[in-house]
This record gives sequence, structure tokens and C-alpha cells, in this order.
Amino acid sequence: MSGASEPTPPAAPPIAAPAFPFRTRAAIICRLFAVQASWNYEILIGNGIGFCVEPALRLLPGGAGSEEYRAALARQSQYFNAHPYLASFAVGALARAELEGQPPARIERFRTALCGPLGSVGDRLVWVGLLPACSFAGLLLFGVGATALTCVLVFLVMYNAGHVALRLWGLQMGWEKGLAVASALGHPILREGPVWLARAGTFLAGVAVPLAVMRLVDGGGLARVGLTLVTAAAGASALVLFHGRVEGWRLALLAGFAALVLFLFRHA
Amino acid sequence: MIVDVLVLAALGAILGLDVVSFPQAQISRPLVSATLGGAFMGNAGVGLLCGVLLELFAHETLPFGASRYPEWGSSSPIAGAAAAAGAAVGSVPMSLLFAVPFGLLTASLGGWSMVQLRQLNARLARRRLDALARGSARTVAGLQVAGATADLSRAGLVAMLAAIVALPAVRWIAVQPAPMSVYAIPMLASLGGAVAAGAAWKMFHSTSGTRWFGLAGLAVGALLVSLMSRG
Repeated sequence: MSGASEPTPPAAPPIAAPAFPFRTRAAIICRLFAVQASWNYEILIGNGIGFCVEPALRLLPGGAGSEEYRAALARQSQYFNAHPYLASFAVGALARAELEGQPPARIERFRTALCGPLGSVGDRLVWVGLLPACSFAGLLLFGVGATALTCVLVFLVMYNAGHVALRLWGLQMGWEKGLAVASALGHPILREGPVWLARAGTFLAGVAVPLAVMRLVDGGGLARVGLTLVTAAAGASALVLFHGRVEGWRLALLAGFAALVLFLFRHA
Repeated sequence: MIVDVLVLAALGAILGLDVVSFPQAQISRPLVSATLGGAFMGNAGVGLLCGVLLELFAHETLPFGASRYPEWGSSSPIAGAAAAAGAAVGSVPMSLLFAVPFGLLTASLGGWSMVQLRQLNARLARRRLDALARGSARTVAGLQVAGATADLSRAGLVAMLAAIVALPAVRWIAVQPAPMSVYAIPMLASLGGAVAAGAAWKMFHSTSGTRWFGLAGLAVGALLVSLMSRG
């Protein structure tokens, strides 16, 4: 056992944040909307990440076409998986890491580590949170008699306010935190947001589905609306009971065409 | 008819592109796209009815990453347009009874075509892995443009084929005398309500506290329905 402790090496000087010009930021934001354009089973959105980071890589020493630029672009165009909106976190962080000149092995480890969280958090926040909540809000408006334009506009404005804000915020957070962006994934919006959106979605579903069914049936009084709702509730219970074994929309497709044939045939 | 088909194909192409490739603003959701299809045929209201019915079903099919799901962007505008075209010459319930299942069928076909597109994109990427490994910006941008162009073409083709079948069919069906058509919309509404409610349970039941929010929502919904039905 050695009695003398080794002197602590001096901390590495913090790397100064590179400049992030407005034009580069704007180009990345535009490209983020097409991050999934070449989505495939081979590298998923890997090529899209390279496409989005590329404007920032032009700021590397030597500019576009230099050895550093090509090596960085090759790294960023490999396999990657993330929710498309939360990919902006990765794009911001990876752009900064490359411009800071972080070691390639570290960047590649970081890319690998980021895939899982960005996928699962995004799915819960957007596909199971924001999207159904906004959709049920649109259906609720339909149920209370709003015009087609109101239903459509309210749905689109609500959804895209969240969608665009998420992309912009993700890019900003990624750029600010760099390789420490994982800490941003603990932000209350990403941690608590899915829970509150699920609660809002459930409440809106409870209000919207009966109202939408009522307006669809359009008249016939409480008895007809009630009968339709009771049938819907029984169907929903059956679908919950057979959860995972039956897809309701496929059954509806068959039932719809069967009814169409029956209605036409009964007359003939 | 030819102009209608071409315009609807273009609309379906743009809305189909929104599903995955660009810009994912959910203009492809049935609530929006079927209403647009109906509006193009001169009846946004009937397009909205069709869109609401399809939207109820769409809650069951969320666009998770690599999973296979119905593609609503190219199918819903055609369903909405078909409903409106049928309503212009005959019965709204029979038009919807054709347009809604037809929309579901086309969405399923669209979902299959997306799988083919992803395989095509994979083949294109595989052939260019060397260029990607060399850091070729031209290859990276080329793959994005090729993918988006193929997706636009795919969605346009699905929409065009659907419109060619749907428009004449619905115009024939809507004018057939069908005494039972009075049950068409309640039946579709029951199916849609069942699928949406079941999907809401599947999506939200694992989150703490959602049961009480759901029950509160149902209480408010039931109260509003009873008040508005009497009114």
C-alpha cells in the first residue's frame, strides 16, 4: 500500500463553444423536417442525421470537402435510431461535438448510447401523448358542432405548436449541452410531459368519443344515440378483452364492406 | 373525372409524403386529409364526417418507427372525396358506408407500399455504403432526395389507383335504393367509437392516474350528450 497519494492532474480546460451562425442553424432546422426521408431497415435514420448535421460540418477547419469534414460526415451517416422530432437533440449535440473536435471514438460511443432514450421518450411524448390528445381535441370540437375549418385548424395549430417547438428546443438543448445532452432528457417536459399528456388524452377521449358519435348519428333522439353508444362501449370492452389478438380497424373494414354488400343485396 | 383523379393523386402524394418523409406535420391525419378531399369535391362537411370516422379508427394505429401501420395520407383524401362525390349524386349514408371501409382498405395498401419503399431505400443505401463511408455529401443528400421522391411517387400512385376505383363506384352505390341505409352511419359510428375507446385504453391505461381522468371525461361527455340530444 503506498502512503503517498498521487497529485490530482489539472482539470482539462473547458472547450469553448464554437460559433453557431444563424444560417447554419436555419439550414439544420429546415433539414430536420426531412430527417426521415430516406428511412430504411438498413441504417434507419442514420443518413438523415448526417444530412442534418452536414451544414454545421462545413464550419470545420478546411471547410466542406476537407479531410475532417468527410470523416465527420461519414461518422454521422451511420446507423442511428431516434424519434424523428427528438432527433434534433442528437443533431445539435453531434454538431457541437464535431466542431469541438471531440475524439471520434467518443462521438461514436455517444451516438450509440443516445439511440434508445431518444426513441422511447419520443414515442411516449408524441405518438402516445401529443398526437392522440390533439386528435381527441379535434374530435371534441366536431362533437360540439364546430365547422370543418375550425376542427382542422385547431388540431393542426395545437399539434404543430408542440411539434415545431420540440424540434427547435431539441436542437438548442443539443447544441448547448453537447455530449452532456443526456442530462436534458431528464427535463420535466420529457419526464413528466408524457404522463400529463396521457391524462389529458384520456380525459379528452372520454368527452370526445361520445360527443363525436352523437354528432355522427345526428338526430334520432337520446334513444338512438344511447343505443349507438352502448354498442360502441360493448365493442370497446371486447377489443380491450382481446387486446393484442384483434385489431379493431381490420374488423371494421370487414364489417363495413359486409354491411355494404348486405344493404345493396337486400334491395336487389 | 380525369382531372379529379389527377388532382386527387397530387393531393394524396403530398399528404402521403407527410406521413414519414416530410414534414410530419400531421396534415396526413384523416381528420385533415379527408376533409381536404371532401372540400376538393365541393363538400367539406361530408369530407369531415368521413375524416372523423377514419380518425376514430386511426387511434389504434400509431406510427411507431419500424412497425407496419396503415398509411392515412394517401388514402383519407380519396375516401373524403369519394364520400363527397357520392353525396353530390345520392345518399350520404351509403356514400360513407362505401368510403370509410374503402379508406381503411386503401390505408392498408398504403402501409404495404411503405414497407416496399423502406426496402427500396435500404437497397439504395446498401449500394452506397462505400460512398457514405468516404463521407460523400453528394451521396448523403442524394439518398434523402431519392427517398422523398420515391415516397411522393408511391403515395401519388396509391391515391391515383384508389381514386380511379372509388369515384365511379361511389357514384353508382350512392344512387342505389337501399332502405337499410338508415343504419349505415350508426353502425360506422359504433365501430369507430369502439375502436377509439379501446385504443384510448390501450394507450393510456398504464399511466398512473389516467383511470380517474378517463372517468371524469366520460362523465362530462355523457352529460353533454344527454343535454345536447334533448336539445
